Amino acid sequence: MLALALPALLVILLLIVLPVGWLAWQSVYHDGFTLENYRRIWSEDIYWRSFALTFQISLLVTLLALLLGYPIAYAASVAPKRWSIVILALVVLPFWTSVLVRAYAWLALLQRTGVVNQVLRQIGVIDEPLALVHNTFGTVVATLHILLPFMVLPLYATMQQIPRDLMQAGASLGAGPMLTFWRIFLPLSLPGVLAGSTLVFVLTLGFYITPELLGGGRTIMISMLVSRNVELYDQWGAASAVGVVLLIAVGLIFFAVSRFIPLDRVLGQK
Amino acid sequence: MTMSRPYRIALIVICALVLLYLILPILIIAPMSFSAARFLTFPPPSLSLRWYQEYVGNPAWMQATRVTLTVAVLTVVIATPLGVAAAYAISQSKWRIMRLIHMTLLLPLVVPIIITAVGIYFVFAKAGLVASMTGLVLANVMLGLPYVVISVAAGLQSFDSTQEMVARSLGMNRLRSFFVVTLPQIKASVIAGGIFAFISAMDETIVALFISGGQYQPLTKRMFTALRDEIDPTIAAISTLMTAVSFMLVLIATSRSKKGA
Repeated sequence: MLALALPALLVILLLIVLPVGWLAWQSVYHDGFTLENYRRIWSEDIYWRSFALTFQISLLVTLLALLLGYPIAYAASVAPKRWSIVILALVVLPFWTSVLVRAYAWLALLQRTGVVNQVLRQIGVIDEPLALVHNTFGTVVATLHILLPFMVLPLYATMQQIPRDLMQAGASLGAGPMLTFWRIFLPLSLPGVLAGSTLVFVLTLGFYITPELLGGGRTIMISMLVSRNVELYDQWGAASAVGVVLLIAVGLIFFAVSRFIPLDRVLGQK
Repeated sequence: MTMSRPYRIALIVICALVLLYLILPILIIAPMSFSAARFLTFPPPSLSLRWYQEYVGNPAWMQATRVTLTVAVLTVVIATPLGVAAAYAISQSKWRIMRLIHMTLLLPLVVPIIITAVGIYFVFAKAGLVASMTGLVLANVMLGLPYVVISVAAGLQSFDSTQEMVARSLGMNRLRSFFVVTLPQIKASVIAGGIFAFISAMDETIVALFISGGQYQPLTKRMFTALRDEIDPTIAAISTLMTAVSFMLVLIATSRSKKGA
């Protein structure tokens, strides 16, 4: 049996375990053992700012995804079957559109001469076009759009399993709809909230395409530090160290979450 | 659950707005690609196939398309059998190490893609695989494997493996009983896994940004580079085509899996 799994395992070991291991090695070894790359991350301002910005954006995107995703998942779980299929189809549709294509669409929608600014001007809300893109705002709008399904799907999966009788029982004991929601439905949906939030947060931490294309060079996230150190400055050691720090952050988050819910339940959504 | 009328209306309005946000970018791309205008105006002043002609008439875009299709097809051809074999081994074996192997095979989904990309770039630079077709295919096989493993493992879970034992007790060898008894019944999950690997390879951008170059640049890399400079409506045409291909494949994958498993 082991022999059957071996070719696939070999591909994974050679093409992701070895490269990531190499990256980690390179971050501490350059003509001898050195922690210079990590010292730089610790002491240089640009690294600090980038890490702080990335965590802020990840937190913001996660909160917004929860705020927008919860009502959608809730509606899909309580609506009649026909409607819940429509809702879920609309959630999954963008899922299967290339990330690059969607980043392009947002660029076209949000730029100075873009659709949103045109419409706002025509209806007389604004005189001058708003700066909606090439900044953090554009990055958040597009990143949130791409990651929202990762929030909705685990939420929906959890909500669907909440037994409806519990709410009826609550109602029969005299609780109004608001109270049954707050005291019964919401607490039971929390595993889905945790799974979805983890996925969205971790994926935003390492996101590359949207900040690069919609951030306008001002929104430097961690992933862009990595790529710039490789492409522009040829600093493989520095890039590797940033990558290792990101990987450790992701690992710690997954580890912490796995204490509460099984990890395959989080990853199953991807 | 009963909801009072104002709450229900509020929920419907919120959902409609969020769903609009989700599909707006997809709705905007196709009309843009058929616009005759150089600059993006909505609605388009008049319709034309100008940007599709630009795409088909440009040798660089055509070469990139050939690279993308070749990589995606080769990825499916290689990743599907590897993934099926691994998923089968995982489902049949009760060894604890198989759980570890299963988790390892899902690593490409867990490691942030930018780290994977840079790591592969370092290794390929040493191995002389940067800017080569081989390197591009290898990387995409690795990235596509988890999709095949997840899909086929799910298919095998609903398959009753005693059937295969029956076939073997009737004298078939293990290999033959797999192909005659098991494979036809998990066919849908195998096809779905292969399709997801194809889409993954077709859409893959970040690894390609680092390791592809010269004549072996896939569509996504050229699109990304073009998007950094200016908004060229040719990209809307290419995006529309890519989206159409993705949707068709997903439709096939999901309708198949409904009939099959």
